[in-house]
Amino acid sequence: MSQAPARTLFDKVWSDHLVRPETADTPAILYIDLHLVHEVTTPQAFALLKSLGLPLRRPDLTLGTMDHSTPTTPVQSLRDIAVVGEGAARQVAKMEENCREFGVELHGFDSGQRGIVHVIGPELGATQPGKTIVCGDSHTSTHGAFGALAFGIGTTEVGHVMATQCLLQRRPKTLAIEVSGRLARGVTAKDIILATIGRIGVDGGTGHVIEYRGDTIAALDMDARMTICNMSIEAGARAGMIAPDDTTFEYLAGRPRAPRGGDWDAALARWRALPSDPDARFDKRVEIDANSLEPMVTFGTNPGMVVPVTQPVPERSDPGFRKALDYMRLTPGRPLSDAAVDVVFIGSCTNSRLSDLEQSAAMLRGRRVADGVRMLVVPGSQQVKREAEARGLHEVFRAAGAEWRESGCSMCLGMNGDTVPSGKLCVSTSNRNFEGRQGQGARTVLASPLTATASALAGRVSDPRAFLD
Amino acid sequence: MDAITRIRSRTAVLPVADVDTDQIIPARFLTTTTREGLGEHLFADWRYRADGSPDPAFALNRPEAAGCEILVAGRNFGCGSSREHAPWALRDYGFRAVISSEIADIFRSNALKNGLLPIVVAPDVLERLLDAPGAELDIDVAASTLTLPDGSAVKYPIDAFARYCLLEGIDQLGFLRQHEDEIRRYEETRPWTP
Repeated sequence: MSQAPARTLFDKVWSDHLVRPETADTPAILYIDLHLVHEVTTPQAFALLKSLGLPLRRPDLTLGTMDHSTPTTPVQSLRDIAVVGEGAARQVAKMEENCREFGVELHGFDSGQRGIVHVIGPELGATQPGKTIVCGDSHTSTHGAFGALAFGIGTTEVGHVMATQCLLQRRPKTLAIEVSGRLARGVTAKDIILATIGRIGVDGGTGHVIEYRGDTIAALDMDARMTICNMSIEAGARAGMIAPDDTTFEYLAGRPRAPRGGDWDAALARWRALPSDPDARFDKRVEIDANSLEPMVTFGTNPGMVVPVTQPVPERSDPGFRKALDYMRLTPGRPLSDAAVDVVFIGSCTNSRLSDLEQSAAMLRGRRVADGVRMLVVPGSQQVKREAEARGLHEVFRAAGAEWRESGCSMCLGMNGDTVPSGKLCVSTSNRNFEGRQGQGARTVLASPLTATASALAGRVSDPRAFLD
Repeated sequence: MDAITRIRSRTAVLPVADVDTDQIIPARFLTTTTREGLGEHLFADWRYRADGSPDPAFALNRPEAAGCEILVAGRNFGCGSSREHAPWALRDYGFRAVISSEIADIFRSNALKNGLLPIVVAPDVLERLLDAPGAELDIDVAASTLTLPDGSAVKYPIDAFARYCLLEGIDQLGFLRQHEDEIRRYEETRPWTP
């Protein structure tokens, strides 16, 4: 008697979406359940549809927002965007025009649901287990936290999905990252993923889809799972996935785009069958011991250059390493706490959800940001902003001397005017510490919301455990 | 898209590993709504000094790099963001091929759709190329070979379909659209898709 081969979560979602399997000569045609669109990576794709006279094939499977080039100060009219720049204003106007013309649901400035594309998808319940989700943005991997196969694509592929709801794809390999043990106080999801990237390298996941597994992952809430899957691309993997479970289902129940009634029950039955079979094989496996993890901080110019906050900057002689430390103006062998902090950024699709803001606010309560430090808190969406304000978090941030802003990508990539001045050091909860990422000449230290907040209070890169009551 | 069968050029060499797409084209240039004109901003923060003048120390600003159509770069080229502006900028500048020992997934996919050939070679071959800026190379797309100045040819891996599209100058969207009936039939099997 033959038995069906054991399959991974990825295998199941992949095979369920094959319009046409791959052959030696042609890639698979993969069906896409949800296409998220934003203003930066779509104008050229909409222009392609227009030039070919094609309609948007499935506007009902397309969801739009504006997040990258939008200001985080309140917007009443397009004039408020012109403050960011002429290009940004043109891009935002184009997005509104394109979405109107092609019938895309757009969460623009008049929507209470506008926000970072990877925050609003889950928030609206559009992100669901077992779906294929794409977006012209590499952090689309975030949605894998729900057991979806979600990955970033370029603008040409955005055009392919708009025209056909499909993509041509070769099957990637699978990488299991098993995380087990209990996280110590002050250690969070961000530290797990930074430590993982430090371990496997910024190309450790290239060609692979990651599945994060193990009891540590299962114990995390959805916000924390999203933080981990978000940075899969920083390890080179286009997608990261986590098996859906009751935590996932509880998060989704009752959200605007989640199934209801009988549809919910049917969906739940499908979703419960998604986790990897016990004997499923992965192409590669890595084990991470959560018990021994400490708060992590980056010291270089890619996310793999990372150490526990208690450790000094490592010493290595290769030219790339020296170039990175020269740029960061850090000295090998010295602790990172030597570095004075100019800016602290709490935000981005990695760490801008309610629980991230709550952790930061809890540490700030009754304290003041150090003199000379600018602290910017940018909620991931207008909904996160409202929920935070309902809990009074904005008052805590303001009382501590931090700025409380409208939602958007903001200082993660500085497209909207929120930049770090040249030479200044920013402890940031975002995902990339590349040269100039937060502004020309800006120096970035990636960290968790707790570590970033502690650094704002101390005025130096700081261990958050010193501030935990 | 123009068909690409052969690329013969000297190399420009960027001996840096993990070149990310933020270096290839910084985010402040992404507010464009077209594909054209990004070559001017290619590697902007490495290429220009604070006053806007070209930095003579940067590899692409050396006289011998002028007109080179092949870029050789350190391991893991094109990591980071999915911005297709990166291959657009490289093409607009004049590059037609990028060689490294490892090329990031999304960048590689984007490059292939824009007539920019991503070539992955073994680390020892890359070392030789990094040490020899200006080397005259000959890339035969049909044979998937790269001929080095000493006459030796190395085979490089490329997806058969991507190679076919490059050789014929075919847009992949055309192939997808030929399968419209299959796409529709697939949709009918999935009643739960909203």
